[in-house]
Amino acid sequence: MREVLGVDVWRGTEQGAFQAFAIPRRQHQTVLDVVTEIQREHDATLSYRFACRVGMCGSCAMVVNGRPRWTCRTRVNEVVSDDERLRLEPLRNFAVVKDLAVEMTQFFDKWEAAHGYFEPGPQPEKDFAVVPPDTKKRQFANAGIECIGCGVCYSACDVVSWDRGYLGPAALNRAWTLVNDIRDRGQRERLDAVSDNNGCQACHTHMSCTRFCPKGIEPTYAIAGLKRAMFRWSAG
Amino acid sequence: MAILFIAQRVTAFVLAAAVAVHLGTILYAVRGGLMAAEILARTHGNMQFALFYAVFVIAVAIHAPIGLRNIFREWTQWGGRPLDAVLAAFSLLLVFLGMRAVFAVYGV
Amino acid sequence: MRASHSHRGFVAAMLHRLSGIALAVFLPMHFLALATALNGADALDKFLAITHQPLLEFFEVSIVVALAIHLTLGLRVLAVEFFDFRERTLAAVSICLAAVFAVGLLFVLNLAER
Repeated sequence: MREVLGVDVWRGTEQGAFQAFAIPRRQHQTVLDVVTEIQREHDATLSYRFACRVGMCGSCAMVVNGRPRWTCRTRVNEVVSDDERLRLEPLRNFAVVKDLAVEMTQFFDKWEAAHGYFEPGPQPEKDFAVVPPDTKKRQFANAGIECIGCGVCYSACDVVSWDRGYLGPAALNRAWTLVNDIRDRGQRERLDAVSDNNGCQACHTHMSCTRFCPKGIEPTYAIAGLKRAMFRWSAG
Repeated sequence: MAILFIAQRVTAFVLAAAVAVHLGTILYAVRGGLMAAEILARTHGNMQFALFYAVFVIAVAIHAPIGLRNIFREWTQWGGRPLDAVLAAFSLLLVFLGMRAVFAVYGV
Repeated sequence: MRASHSHRGFVAAMLHRLSGIALAVFLPMHFLALATALNGADALDKFLAITHQPLLEFFEVSIVVALAIHLTLGLRVLAVEFFDFRERTLAAVSICLAAVFAVGLLFVLNLAER
C-alpha cells in the first residue's frame, strides 16, 4: 500500500477548480475520514457535509471518482488502486452551495410536486386500516419506503441532467410507495402529478438510480409501476 | 404529454411482432442475394402482405417521431411547438413514402 | 465514458437510442428504394445492383443489426415497464446482444450464399 494518497477536491461553486492534497494512507480509512482530515489538518476553508458517519443519514453523499456515493460507507481501498488519485466532487444535478456541499431545495420541491406526501383525506377514518404485510401493494410500498432522500439517485440520473424539469427517481419512488398505500386518499391527484411531461414517462430505464442507491432501493421498478398505473388510468 | 408515451408503447408492441416477422422474412428471402424479381414475385397481388406492411408503416410513422422527439428535447436545445411541427411533418412523410412503397411492391 | 456510465443499463439505453436514430434516418431511403418498383421490376433491380458492393453490403448488415438491437433492447424495456421484469443478472442485456449477433451473422451468411 502506498504511503500517501493524492486527493483532488473541487473548490468553488459551478465555477472553480480542483485543489490537490496529499493525505497519509491508512489501512481502513473511508473517504469521509480523508475529507475530514483535509478540512481539519490542511484547509479549514473546505466545505462539506456529514452527520451520522455510519451510513444512516445520507448527508455525506458526493461524487467519488465519478460515481455518486456515501463517503462514510466508501473505503478508500474500494475506489482507488495503488497509483490512482482520489477525486471528490459535489453531487451532479444540484446547484453547488460551496465546494462539496450542494443545494437540496429543488430536490425536495420535486418530491412535493410528485405528491410524495401522505394524503389522509377530508375526514378521519372510523377505524384503523388493516394492511396485511404480505399483500402485493404493501410489498411494493415496503420496497421503497426506506429512502432517506440522500440525492445519490438524482445525481446519477441522466434524464435529470438532460431535462431539468424531470421529477427524478427519488420523488417518483416516493410517489409509488404512496400509490400503494391503501390508506391514502389522494391517488387521482398523485397520478396526475406524475403523469405529465416531467413525470414517470421521461424515464428511459438507464437504471443508474438502481445501480447506485446505497440502500438497495430500485427506483427503476417503482417508476415502471407508475407507468403501468398511468396506463391503466388512461385506459379507463 | 402522456398520450405520446402511450402511443409509443402501444406501437412498440405492434412493431415487436411486425419486426420479428420482417426480420424473419428478410433472413429467409435474402438467401443467395437480393433480387427484385424474387421480392416482387412474393409481394405482387398479395393482399395479406400489403395489409401487413400498411399496418407496419402506420405503426412506425407513430413510433419513430415520438422517439426522435425525446432525443431532440434531451440532447439539443430544440423543443416546444416548432419541434413538434417538424416531427409531425416527418410522420406524414413516413406515411406517404411508406404507403407508396407498399403500393409499388403490391403492383398498383 | 464517465465512471457512473459504465454499467449495462446505460450501455443498453445508448445502443437502443443510437440504433433508433439510425433506423429513423434509414427508413425514408428504404421506402424510396422500394418505390422504384413503381417503374417496373427492372428499375428495382437496377437499384439493387448498386447495393452489390462491399461498402453498401456492410451498410445493409449494419442496418439489419441496428434493427435487431432496437427490437431486443426494446423488448427489454417493455418487459421492465409492463411485466415488472426484474433484471437481476447480466443475463438480460447479454442475451439481447447475443440474439442480435446471431441475426447479423445469419444475414451475412444468407447474403453471401450463391
